[in-house]
Amino acid sequence: MPLNRRGFLGLTTGLTVVTLAGCGSGAAPASAPRTGGRLRAAFAGGGAKEVLDPHLANLFVEAARSKAMFDKLADLGTDVSPQPRLAEKWEPNADLTRWRITLRQAKFHDGKPVRAQDVLASYARILDPNRAFRAKSSLALIDLPNSRAVDDRTVEFALKRPFGEFPNALAAFGAYIVPEGAEDFTKPVGSGAFSFVSFEPGRSVLLKRNPDYWEGAPLLDELEFVIANEESARTNALLGGQVEYAHDLTPTTARSHAAGDRMTIHRSPNSAVQAFAMKVDRAPFDNRDLREAMFLLADRPQLVESVLAGSGQVGNDLFGKDYQHYASDLPQRQRDLDKAKFLIRKAGAEGLTVKLDTSTAAAGMVEAATVFADQAKGSGLTIEVVQGNKDSYWADTLKNGSLSSFRSGAMPIETHIAQRLLKGSGTNVTKWARPEFDALYEKAVSTSDQSARNDAYREMQRVLHAEGGYLMWGFADWIVGAKPNVGGISTAPANTLDWARFDKVWLG
Amino acid sequence: MTLASYTVRRAALGLVQVLAVVTLVFFLVEALPGDAAVALAGDNPDPARIAQIRAAMGLDRPTLERYAEWLLGLPQLDFGVSLVSGRPVADFLFGGIGPTVALAALTLALLVPISVLVGVLAAVREGSLLDRALTSVSVALHSIPEFALAVVLIAVFGVQLAWLPPTAVGADLFAQPAVLVLPLVVLLARPICSISRLVRAGMVDALASDYVRHARRLGIGETRVRFAHALPNALAPAVQQVARTTDWLLGGVIVVEAVFVIPGLGTVLVDSVAARDLPVVQGLAVVFAVTTVAVNLLADLVAFRLAPRAEVVA
Repeated sequence: MPLNRRGFLGLTTGLTVVTLAGCGSGAAPASAPRTGGRLRAAFAGGGAKEVLDPHLANLFVEAARSKAMFDKLADLGTDVSPQPRLAEKWEPNADLTRWRITLRQAKFHDGKPVRAQDVLASYARILDPNRAFRAKSSLALIDLPNSRAVDDRTVEFALKRPFGEFPNALAAFGAYIVPEGAEDFTKPVGSGAFSFVSFEPGRSVLLKRNPDYWEGAPLLDELEFVIANEESARTNALLGGQVEYAHDLTPTTARSHAAGDRMTIHRSPNSAVQAFAMKVDRAPFDNRDLREAMFLLADRPQLVESVLAGSGQVGNDLFGKDYQHYASDLPQRQRDLDKAKFLIRKAGAEGLTVKLDTSTAAAGMVEAATVFADQAKGSGLTIEVVQGNKDSYWADTLKNGSLSSFRSGAMPIETHIAQRLLKGSGTNVTKWARPEFDALYEKAVSTSDQSARNDAYREMQRVLHAEGGYLMWGFADWIVGAKPNVGGISTAPANTLDWARFDKVWLG
Repeated sequence: MTLASYTVRRAALGLVQVLAVVTLVFFLVEALPGDAAVALAGDNPDPARIAQIRAAMGLDRPTLERYAEWLLGLPQLDFGVSLVSGRPVADFLFGGIGPTVALAALTLALLVPISVLVGVLAAVREGSLLDRALTSVSVALHSIPEFALAVVLIAVFGVQLAWLPPTAVGADLFAQPAVLVLPLVVLLARPICSISRLVRAGMVDALASDYVRHARRLGIGETRVRFAHALPNALAPAVQQVARTTDWLLGGVIVVEAVFVIPGLGTVLVDSVAARDLPVVQGLAVVFAVTTVAVNLLADLVAFRLAPRAEVVA
């Protein structure tokens, strides 16, 4: 049976809005922090394929649950820089090849202390050559045989090469610390703020507060994650009082309910970059002038207003707005149709039709592609939007085509560069491969001189801004809806430490 | 042909049909762009990582080898394990069958008496105001797609009036039956119309038939004529439609499951196709094919019993 999710969603939202007009309810606004209660949080899930193994976490719901039950050595702060978590501190040696990490005094839910051996065993599990955990590539630079437990609370990591941004790896997605020897995660034991109670795949996970949490016990007694794949269902469940927290709502829903008193909208700015990726290794975008013309064709405020329904900010073709090392001093790019026309003529691309690959793999991509194709009208270049298969979209566009929709969640700028912009990067969708750029990256991560590092990051971003393959037109807010009596919801970017941080949340 | 030999022949044919469906599904899913490794890697499609996932899942083995292995497990009711989660496929099927069967059974339990009653009422009062009113309402309801009705009902009764839970999110369907009310209404709306129309038409024909006239001439009471003589014949076409409806319900009505957050077979299907989790899709194909064959066989047998004159074609 064909089910058009998007059309369906729009219709649902519209109708809900209509029926809501003139409704009121009397939930008290969030008051001072208080303890107790069960918070039910609705997330999209992957059905019964969801798993509780934190190293396998892939979906947002899995990341949020892993975070509630487990800790990493480090996690990303609001500016997406690494913050110590289970690691109390880290100290590199002079050439940045050995890192000594002191662990906090923390306990797993079974009462056993978190030891250096658990850290090494967790990383050994992630790095197992026969498996494919997501954090593997981030941790791959650890020379595990030469790393050791100095004592129960001190680990010394040996690295295969000097790496000044090693704490970013400790904060990598999925790099959780599990007890040594843990393989069966049907009843997971972690060191996190909540401990496991029960799990029904595809339906719910119930957790309870860990009174011995090293950072202080959470305020909630219980936390239940429930699964609702459709955004309209999450919204309805929240409006109907079936859940207190609904993750990942659309800008349209946010706009309709922002003024009402039945739900409070929480926006996390800079959570997801919205972009078009041009492949610089092939025609037509191997031509620098044509790339610049594309940069100048984009009417960013219009894209933000129409595609993101205003829930976002314009981008400047650089990843990680307001993150650590972001080059905020580069001038903001504006639409300049005349100059774009001139550059298209100069590149000999007048009359050319370029295919823009897109899909519904991420919200808003098809809409953005359509709007952008419209903005290119009259420039001499025709953009033809081609919609592909959503399930294999990212792998398809990594290899094929020359222009594609792109979107990414938050990660440190260093990680973005390492994964996507170096010669050997695994997901180099723009095919940006320049020895001098790779050398700048090497310099940035291998020097302990902070200002030299900052200079290198700035120079890399200057080059990308001038002639890179990413047209990053905007940053979408991450939108969460909650009952008005829910307090303590942070607006840190999605995927960072304070996102979906339920140990700080309370029910008023 | 006796009923028994007919049943055996149909069952054998059904087995062949199930195998054909399963084989077709296997190769169709294989033909979809991307495999489980690509789907799992998602927006982090590092080719090296995809290759590792593929190896870990055993997807690097030849297609036919994987198909043969799966097929050999089937006679022992071994459906294999999910590529993505490593859990047995049987777990997924059992998990999804509960809500789907519960909804289907409740729907049918309400559907059959209501639609027969409505059909008979309309037929015996053919041309009356009641008949015309029932006809208008049926046709109107039948023209509303499930999802539109669902959205309206949720918005009105779930959210605005707050009489009923808008979704079944996180709920145990049996402990909180209130969550089933709106989905049941949505599932009932269209089948009630189609089946009651068929009952009405069959009943009108039957009441005008020679044997009914003859029964009346014999002085048999009107009630007995209607319910013992006319109705069984009138039901035969409706039985086929009930079978189709049952099949539709047992396949997991994806739209209804999605809107009301009911984790039934339809949801399992959508998730497993999106994840290219082939063993789970295969397991579902077996379940769907078996139910289709069984339900249709049952319907033919019931129709045969109700109206033995009806031709059955093996």
